[in-house]
Amino acid sequence: MTSRRPAPPGRPVPPGLSRRSFLRGLSAGALGLAGGGLLSACGVEAAQQTTDSCTSEDLSAEEAMLNFSNWTFYIDPIKAKDVSTLEAFQKRTGITVDYTTDISDNAAFFGKVRNQLADCQPTGRDLFVLTDWMAAKMIGLGWIQELDKANLPNVEANLLENLRSPGWDPERKYSVPWQSGLAGICYNSELTKEVGSFEELLTRADLKGKVTLLSEMPDTMAFMLRVVGADPSDFTADEFGQAIERLQQAVDSGQIRKFTGNEYTRELKSGNVVACEAWSGDVIQLQFEDPKYKFVVPEEGLALWSDNMIVPNKATHKANAETLMDYYYDPEVAAELAAWVNYICPVQGAKEAMTKFDKSLVDNQLIFPDESFLANTFVFMGLTSEQEQDYQTQFQQVIGA
Amino acid sequence: MSLAAEVGPAGPTPARQPARSRSRRSRRTALLLLAPGALWLLVFFALPTVQLAATSLYDPSGSLETGYALTFHWQNYLDVLAVYRDQFLRSFLYAGIATVLALLLGYPLAYAIAFKSGRWKNLMLVLVIAPFFTSFLLRTLAWQAILADNGFVVDSLKAVGLVPTDGRLLATPVAVVTGLTYNFLPFMTLPLYASLEKIDHRLVEAAHDLYSSAFTAFRKVTLPLSMPGLVAGTLLTFIPAAGDYINAELLGTPKEYMIGNVIQSSFLVRLDFPQAAALSFLLMIAILVLVMAYVRRAGTEELV
Repeated sequence: MTSRRPAPPGRPVPPGLSRRSFLRGLSAGALGLAGGGLLSACGVEAAQQTTDSCTSEDLSAEEAMLNFSNWTFYIDPIKAKDVSTLEAFQKRTGITVDYTTDISDNAAFFGKVRNQLADCQPTGRDLFVLTDWMAAKMIGLGWIQELDKANLPNVEANLLENLRSPGWDPERKYSVPWQSGLAGICYNSELTKEVGSFEELLTRADLKGKVTLLSEMPDTMAFMLRVVGADPSDFTADEFGQAIERLQQAVDSGQIRKFTGNEYTRELKSGNVVACEAWSGDVIQLQFEDPKYKFVVPEEGLALWSDNMIVPNKATHKANAETLMDYYYDPEVAAELAAWVNYICPVQGAKEAMTKFDKSLVDNQLIFPDESFLANTFVFMGLTSEQEQDYQTQFQQVIGA
Repeated sequence: MSLAAEVGPAGPTPARQPARSRSRRSRRTALLLLAPGALWLLVFFALPTVQLAATSLYDPSGSLETGYALTFHWQNYLDVLAVYRDQFLRSFLYAGIATVLALLLGYPLAYAIAFKSGRWKNLMLVLVIAPFFTSFLLRTLAWQAILADNGFVVDSLKAVGLVPTDGRLLATPVAVVTGLTYNFLPFMTLPLYASLEKIDHRLVEAAHDLYSSAFTAFRKVTLPLSMPGLVAGTLLTFIPAAGDYINAELLGTPKEYMIGNVIQSSFLVRLDFPQAAALSFLLMIAILVLVMAYVRRAGTEELV
């Protein structure tokens, strides 16, 4: 980069500094800098990394610490009387965990770390939790470190059968589920009668303008694909196009008020929205406050997803992260976490462990679903990066941006 | 006003030598004073602008995996205009309405504070600025509560028939424009107040002495003298309002989304950087052209 040097001392100086000459100098300097900027702006290099192009060092043996980024309200809080699961972990292992809740949206978090990961730079995080499709994307980009199964005996033993081989990480080499959850329909039983299907949600006249859907593309599009008769775990670009068209109709007709993240719970409480696409854990928490909120298994089925713990490249405490993963697969710990978080617990044996201290949630299908309940669920297809960008663009154009 | 007028030599003087060294020193002072601001602009405005311009001309077939090549693909601009024309027009429409509304609300307010408030003047000024003590986001969220479907505002309007019985305010264009107007009202009020407050009241009295009515005195004396504040206020309201996306996001639906929402989603969700950059650049250029046309028409050269 070039920059204009100040005039050497001995040089004759013209009298006065007019605005014009100053501006001229400034623009010359700017051009010089801009030229430098342009050179560096000649395109952007590929963000793909491999184990050869980006190697990470593990300092776990020397440093008993771990930087853990997670979603808000996704762990039991530190209480005065009891010890939280995270505190117990620190006591048991001597590893200090720096727990940050800086993830509120998969795409936004991706934006936050992508520059570092694309350049093989440290993100300052050893462990973070992302939903299937985003975890799949990062693994595809080569940004995630492979886990050492020898450090994960509890995970090997206790991970639920149906979560063991997702299409995007068939051997769970890179990821371990933190919690799973379901997307379905929630409605306010005081303000409307039961909403049994997505078809109803999209068409019933009395719901017009009082419906929200989720702004996470895979969640909403999984249902839209079902509505047009396609299979969300295996669909073609044509079928996706039909589903988008169907969604566009619902938006144009004014049926759908909004596409939201977690904030649909606020809209439900204010009464602005009477029925919506919702995540199971949120609805259980709403029901603690008021049982008028009902969760429905839509005729189309339930969308099953997981949020996964992954270790990014250049994280320097991978072994510590594995210790934490394994700790949360101890059924007793998992039960305590599930009792607070209310999403599907991915750990076998947690149900039995929970009966010891809290029986009220044990029979809740949304936390400990049985086989027949899970038969009704579907998982969104893993996408290649091009597919993801294409589908995301189509979806974003319908939801208005 | 030019710098030369203040720091330049005041013509030929008998004592040449001292004047010259004074001018040299003052020139250096001027440079030193300007340097931090100029450097700031260069590093945080000029360079990113060049980077953005380059990004807007990347080959759109690139992706994160493969990287992007700078191919001077001007087509990006036409593509985004074709797809997002509605959001563009809507942004300028909403920002325009909000600016006019803010002017209609802000002018009487600033006038009252400047001329009629007496000892309450300081208190009233603090009240105008008070909303800034809370965050922009919270203020907008508060409007969600105010305009809620079952809130008293909607109920009252329904009672007098201004809103149809099955109608709503939240998640409509009305809510978005209301939010924009509210959020940018202080930007309109304060420059207007600053202009009005400086007006010598004897000029208005003189107009009355010359038999002008109150209205004529306002039209011929007060209004022209407050033009700098009016122009500054409308610009400070219109420019941020046109690029805003929080109000549309929180108070609108997809049908009310503005260009800011599209840019946000292209950068963060769709990850289509060339399109996002092209959109940002188009917005910048459009605002620049509008502002230049406006300032030229308003004829207030002393402002710029």
